[in-house]
Amino acid sequence: MPETHSSEAINPARAAFARDADVLVIGGGPAGAWAACSAAAAGAKVVLVDKGCCGTSGATASAGTGVWYVPPDHPKRLAAMESREKLGGYLQDRAWMSRVLDRTYESVNLLAEWGYPFPQDDEGQPRRTNLRGPDYMRLMRRRVRKSGVLILDHSPALELLADEDGAVAGARGIRRQEGDDWVVRAKSVVVASGGCAFLSGGLGCNVLTGDGYLMAAELGAELSGMEFSNAYAISPAFASVTKTLFYNWATFTYQDGTPIPGAASHGGRSVIARTLLTQPVYCCIDKADEKTQALMRASQPNFFVPLDRAGVDPFRQRFPVTLRLEGTVRGTGGLRLVDETCATTVPGLYAAGDAATRELVCGGFTGGGSHNAAWAMSSGFWAGAGAADYAVQAGAGSVPRLLRSAGDTALRVKNAAEFDPGQITRAVQAQVFPYTINYFRTGAGLTAALERLDRLWVDIRSAGQSSAERVVKAREAAAMLATSRWMYRSALARTESRGMHKREDHPRLDDAQRHHLVTAGLDEIQVRRRPAAEYARQEIAA
Amino acid sequence: MIELVSEARCILCNKCVQVCPMNVFSAVKNAPPMIARKDDCQTCYMCELYCPVDALYVAPDAERSVFVSEAAVETGGLFGSYRGVGWAATQAGTNHPVDQSFRLTSA
Repeated sequence: MPETHSSEAINPARAAFARDADVLVIGGGPAGAWAACSAAAAGAKVVLVDKGCCGTSGATASAGTGVWYVPPDHPKRLAAMESREKLGGYLQDRAWMSRVLDRTYESVNLLAEWGYPFPQDDEGQPRRTNLRGPDYMRLMRRRVRKSGVLILDHSPALELLADEDGAVAGARGIRRQEGDDWVVRAKSVVVASGGCAFLSGGLGCNVLTGDGYLMAAELGAELSGMEFSNAYAISPAFASVTKTLFYNWATFTYQDGTPIPGAASHGGRSVIARTLLTQPVYCCIDKADEKTQALMRASQPNFFVPLDRAGVDPFRQRFPVTLRLEGTVRGTGGLRLVDETCATTVPGLYAAGDAATRELVCGGFTGGGSHNAAWAMSSGFWAGAGAADYAVQAGAGSVPRLLRSAGDTALRVKNAAEFDPGQITRAVQAQVFPYTINYFRTGAGLTAALERLDRLWVDIRSAGQSSAERVVKAREAAAMLATSRWMYRSALARTESRGMHKREDHPRLDDAQRHHLVTAGLDEIQVRRRPAAEYARQEIAA
Repeated sequence: MIELVSEARCILCNKCVQVCPMNVFSAVKNAPPMIARKDDCQTCYMCELYCPVDALYVAPDAERSVFVSEAAVETGGLFGSYRGVGWAATQAGTNHPVDQSFRLTSA
């Protein structure tokens, strides 16, 4: 099978909505919003497209998050970096961690200047380590608009466009609410479309289907750390709220009410997963005293809404819980970055937030939240500035006249039946949701799953182009399928346990595998090793 | 998932059509928006949060549609109860509870 079907010439004049820009930002979550603001501040003409709505889309807007905000006082910063290195499997890069801490401090202080209502402690000092998603992202949308950025909501990108040299030259997509299409010609593009949570129903995560990974890979971009993609979050079994902090105060029980030995949110989540394989797991947040309970309600009010509405008092009553796959959203894999401007391997193409690998700051593990939020605002800021610089260097009048489509699956094949996106999505979920395959990984389990996923990929590659009504879901299904194959290809190649990647057949950390795994390609997936950043040996031994 | 658009409360502003990240609603001329793609609802509550007149109700069940009576939501004081839990941006000028997360995460 050819690696690509023939690409098409794209004529912007034939699109219902066409615009030229210096920088196109794909995705309007925190990373995209910061990227748009910093590109605009550098003087670039910016268009931001969001599949949903900038300000409400994505994992941050509907949830809220801690932020890795540490004042610039050296011992505290060092402790902040050290505290995470073992968890992350020693794959972080101290230089990147340090510049993310610097940038996050600056950015969060900017949020305060812009009017974000940070609380004060009893001494009257501002406390800036947490952000409420709805408030944060509403503010960010205002800042994006104030920067003169054109926002297109409900305008999913379907594919990137390239010039004759293979550099990125914009994107095209559809306007769902107008029922027509858009083309944006741009000198550079920032992919900030988030990670991939496989439509598992985690809070705000169903927009995150790996679209940017697919689009960028179709243009030749590489990914890194895709084996770190099996984060599972606790949620009430019936609900969508995947906020996990308060489960630190919980007791997990069997149906008959007896505690499950070893089950815990931290350090015992695998016990919950193993129990869920055979029976329901219940939970009661019974270790929070009355003062803590009040603090909880004032901290994350949205945690309680589904429970309140279902008539459950979570401090006194037990409720069933489940684990939802959050894939690379709480994982750390994503597009590989080649320099400090967050450039990818494709000229003119930048990546930020969960669309980019977070190994540089998190290694192979994040609990979500804090570090991802810091990474989103930092990488977004740098990618936007980098993309604006690239556009300036490209110069005036350099917007290419000839645009070629870079997308492929579900878009190009004529005269063949289209595939059913729902069926492909369910088939992918059947291979990535099960704890027996993805949480408790084995060579045999991964190989069997990968064979099924590879066959699905062959099927959809020869399927016909999707109809206008189904094309967004078809591209999402293709992106999730591609993501699952990069995940398992690299998970097979890492024959050890490191970070969140746990191999039942290789339960130990192998010092010889302290490297990054880079994946590339769609039909044939290549995996290669890249050395990790230098690291002080005695700390590994410790 | 989203179960109710109250005709009695809705002012036809179509804000929910704009803010729903999953494009669940469709605008209808001279009528409240229609829940056109309920299966796509991700139970993120953003529509309730942005509704200026508390005309929407998202049931806590994320994985199945359940029957919800508007009268029960009304008498239970549930309309607007997501908006009322303390988001600053929707509560400008009012006495909203201040985010206490830092006390829990530093403990």
